[in-house]
Amino acid sequence: MHDFLQQLVNGLSVGAVYALIALGYTMVYGVLRLINFAHGDVYMVGAVIAYELAVKLAGLNSPVWVALPIIFLGAMVGCGALGFTIEYLCYRPLRHRPRLVSLITAIGVSLLLENLFQNRRIFGATPRNLPELLVIRPVLSIAVGASHSPVIVTNLDLISMGLCIAMMLGLSWFVLKTKMGLALRAVSFRVDTASLMGINTNRVISMTFVLGSALAAVAGVVDAMRYQVDPLMGLIPGIKAFVAAVLGGIGSIPGALLGGFLMGLVETLLKGYLPAQYNNYSNAAAFVVLILILLVRPSGLLGKTTVEKV
Amino acid sequence: MRWMAFWTTVVLLCLSGCKKQQGESSDIVIGEYGSLSGTTAVFGQGTHNGIQLAVDEINAAGGLLGKPVRLVTEDDEGNQDEAVSVVKKLIDRDNVVGVLGEVASTRSLAGGSVCEQEGVPMISPSSTNPDVTKDRKYVFRVCFTDDFQGSVGAQFAIKKNWKRVAVFSSSNSDYSKKLSMFFKQTFTAAGGQIVSEETYSDGDKEFKAQLTRMQSKNPDAVYLPGYYTEIDLILRQARSLGFTVPFFGGDGWDGATLDSISEGCCFTNHYSPEDPRPSVQQFIATYKAKYGAVPDAFGITGYDAARVMFDAIKRAGSTDRNAVRDAIAQTKDFPGAGGSITIDENHNAKKPIVILEIRDGKTHLADTIQPN
Repeated sequence: MHDFLQQLVNGLSVGAVYALIALGYTMVYGVLRLINFAHGDVYMVGAVIAYELAVKLAGLNSPVWVALPIIFLGAMVGCGALGFTIEYLCYRPLRHRPRLVSLITAIGVSLLLENLFQNRRIFGATPRNLPELLVIRPVLSIAVGASHSPVIVTNLDLISMGLCIAMMLGLSWFVLKTKMGLALRAVSFRVDTASLMGINTNRVISMTFVLGSALAAVAGVVDAMRYQVDPLMGLIPGIKAFVAAVLGGIGSIPGALLGGFLMGLVETLLKGYLPAQYNNYSNAAAFVVLILILLVRPSGLLGKTTVEKV
Repeated sequence: MRWMAFWTTVVLLCLSGCKKQQGESSDIVIGEYGSLSGTTAVFGQGTHNGIQLAVDEINAAGGLLGKPVRLVTEDDEGNQDEAVSVVKKLIDRDNVVGVLGEVASTRSLAGGSVCEQEGVPMISPSSTNPDVTKDRKYVFRVCFTDDFQGSVGAQFAIKKNWKRVAVFSSSNSDYSKKLSMFFKQTFTAAGGQIVSEETYSDGDKEFKAQLTRMQSKNPDAVYLPGYYTEIDLILRQARSLGFTVPFFGGDGWDGATLDSISEGCCFTNHYSPEDPRPSVQQFIATYKAKYGAVPDAFGITGYDAARVMFDAIKRAGSTDRNAVRDAIAQTKDFPGAGGSITIDENHNAKKPIVILEIRDGKTHLADTIQPN
């Protein structure tokens, strides 16, 4: 029982990060029908910004409760700007071309960012540890049954899950209750009609990228604290979050959250319960789960079934 | 068509020009490949510093065979495929006499197969997997092998009275796989019990699932033969789960952030800065004077590998690759900084192992084991 509960905590903590990244995929897809493959690298840039800020702040000896908000906000602003720039320079000029063109551009942007940050003058290929601003330590330990070790929840687990839920709620409020959110829903419904209704579609699309990138930045900061920072760190989480978005139903915000948590849980539980020699198949197994779910529900768990007009 | 013929001629002319230049080269070119960047950058950088020190020394002393030594260094970024292509580059482009490298066994195996094909002598400073030199005519090493390292680790665990040990190894590292195998052999033969075996992949970042599983088996200690980047993450995640038993491993630990989090942990290595032998202390002093830091194990093995290569070229009296190969194979009682080096029939050196223990946030020499 201890094992199972601890694996749940481990899985949810990882899943929260997938969910945060998946939100960005899903929002952009909802509005532009574009799979933004550069999104995983925006997450990486968030981690890099966190690293640079943390080094500066550690030099100034600032306390955690000052440093953490600065790092999170700094990374969100930086990545928001990056997301805006990517959309403005790379996707906007191609918006009226076939969708495949944007998709390939997205892959190009992804490669560009990865290789740019591998340059020694910018960041370099060597992983770096964040200076220890936040000491990761257990905040909750719950004794379970006769097990010799309690179930442990660390402060970072709480931060990642808490931020993920808070961001999701904030985003839902924004989309459902604000005027800008209404415009966003209108654009995702039909771009040209929305523009006929007097909605500035360019602004809405830019904002989608800014929001999605800021969420990826939050995920990047969490993982920078939890793991290390390196220029290729966005590859695997990017793919997994994309899968999470598809799993939950791409275009659906609660779906992204559900998909992200599911991905994290499935992956961790498989690692925790498959025989040890199959540990390395847990990644593959997560994708098998995706295929199975899509066979039964092609539009994802919370996705709407749409009829493609011919 | 005519243009193509023209350009082909131009290219061929250029190429033959280059070749000629190399034939009459006025220096002795030695190639080095290593992970100067990437997840094992500490390995490559330490080795490079050691090799560069040896090159500077020999050039200050008048060079080899009356010619200066020129070192060409290639970064393989810690990538196996990249290792193959940079070794090819060193051989084809720079026409090197010999190759020095790698630290990680997987990459030494990859680069070694190129050297073997091309007939270029290669010395690995610190790859410990026995397969690196096995059945190879041109590949040598100046360090101990994992059968010795694994058994020393197991004997140390027995001595520490760790009876129930969990093994956590990387399934895509030739080093980790072999080292854990040798550890298990000796450990179980000596009456120890392996209570849990888990695997990860190099490049993984999340290990809590496996750690939780090991923790529930309640081992006395965890044997972790891996590389420092993963070890850093594994230790941090284990401690955050309240999994506080000692972890121990091999020379891949060198480079890890060893502080309060790794208190009580230990690992087997090539060298300790606390080693009182004059050759070691003298090396440390020279290294410090040049780089301003205490060398790691890769510094000293890199230094020794380069010097064995130079010694062989000197004894061969030429830069003919086969003559150099034969001279390396005949190396006997060479006074290396890390101890005397004799290359045996399997192309390995027999060297003592040191056991390092982290106490009070610092690495201390716990024991030195001589080879039998």
